[in-house]
Amino acid sequence: MMTDASSTIFQDKIDQDIRIEPKDWMPDAYRKTLIRQISQHAHSEIVGMLPEANWITRAPSLRRKATLIAKVQDEAGHGLYLYSAAETLGISREEMIDQLHSGKAKYSSIFNYPTLTWADMGAIGWLVDGAAIMNQVPLCRASYGPYARAMVRICKEESFHQRQGFEILLTLSRGSEAQRRMCQDAIDRWWWPSVMMFGPNDDASPHTAQSMQWKIKRFTNDELRQRFVDICAEQVKLLGMTIPDDQLRWNEERQHYDFGPIDWEEFRNVINGNGPCNKERLAARVQAHEDGAWVREAALAHAEKKIQYGKTA
Amino acid sequence: MEKQHNWPLWEIFIRSRQGLDHKHVGSLHAADSAMAIENARDVYTRRMEGISIWVVESKYVHASNPDEASSFYDPANDKVYRHPTFYDLPDELKHM
Ligand SMILES: [Fe+2]
Ligand SMILES: [Fe+2]
Repeated sequence: MMTDASSTIFQDKIDQDIRIEPKDWMPDAYRKTLIRQISQHAHSEIVGMLPEANWITRAPSLRRKATLIAKVQDEAGHGLYLYSAAETLGISREEMIDQLHSGKAKYSSIFNYPTLTWADMGAIGWLVDGAAIMNQVPLCRASYGPYARAMVRICKEESFHQRQGFEILLTLSRGSEAQRRMCQDAIDRWWWPSVMMFGPNDDASPHTAQSMQWKIKRFTNDELRQRFVDICAEQVKLLGMTIPDDQLRWNEERQHYDFGPIDWEEFRNVINGNGPCNKERLAARVQAHEDGAWVREAALAHAEKKIQYGKTA
Repeated sequence: MEKQHNWPLWEIFIRSRQGLDHKHVGSLHAADSAMAIENARDVYTRRMEGISIWVVESKYVHASNPDEASSFYDPANDKVYRHPTFYDLPDELKHM
């Protein structure tokens, strides 16, 4: 069998930062892990549109409405870039969508929280997109070519998302007493779920070592989480708000912020389908897909008819 | 008759500026070429990344085989004389 030689060549290429392309030989486990990782990420982009779509019709001004629509539209684009990157690994779009709708595939647990006030649009942009960027920037150098290229495109677009979020919070933080309370309340609700976005602690994520060897993960969960906390702990000062963690303080020795324990029980609960909005989110996706079925069929029938009549558009 | 239910996959190529080649940017699903072009505009040029779009149905793309890459490109390997630097000429020679 040539598998041994092949896997040595494969790992050599990765060690030398030579990208793996769709038709290159790759270990089955690499392919499977990537399909799972990329499709989960795609699902997160798509489901992630729902909490924000909730506020489009109620945005406080035309400017806010236009930027929120643009942001949500970007997230749809991110989902599409990632679905097509995953498809190059041999899984079909329908399979992925089925996996999402049947609950077999996961998406980021953060999107199972409700968006209660307009300030949530700010907190999501600042914290949720902020955490996503922290995760995604290193993946621009992921070993799988189509994935890395999709991430480059995504990262270019994300920084506007985070800035528009922070601007929303900044405006509220300079507003009335009620607006300031709303701002703090949104930060209080979104902080811990955002910190959890980086996934389990390193000692509880057994696949990290393999993924790092394959360069489809470039930093550990805890490294990225620490970086996120360090940055936010400074940025929140500009808002004159606080982060809801009484153990958050600068550690001179470590040159990092220390922070309090994470409620992993809650994390597992939400991942396993018991978050405040899991059912609602999935139901909305399934309904959109089913409601769109006749459009997909009609478009296909129309395309076939045009071919029959010999005028390909 | 069992009909094909899914929109085919298209490869998208975009010319970012006048004077540059169309470059592959990714793929998407669409029922026909007109829809593929419109979807490509929405998916790949939201920030004026392009002024021209080509779409090709993926099944029509034929590719060289990466497993044969070494033998396939081998003939070009030992022909350094195809490059101008191969030729020994005095420094005094100008405009060449
Ligand atoms: Fe995104
Ligand atoms: Fe985003």
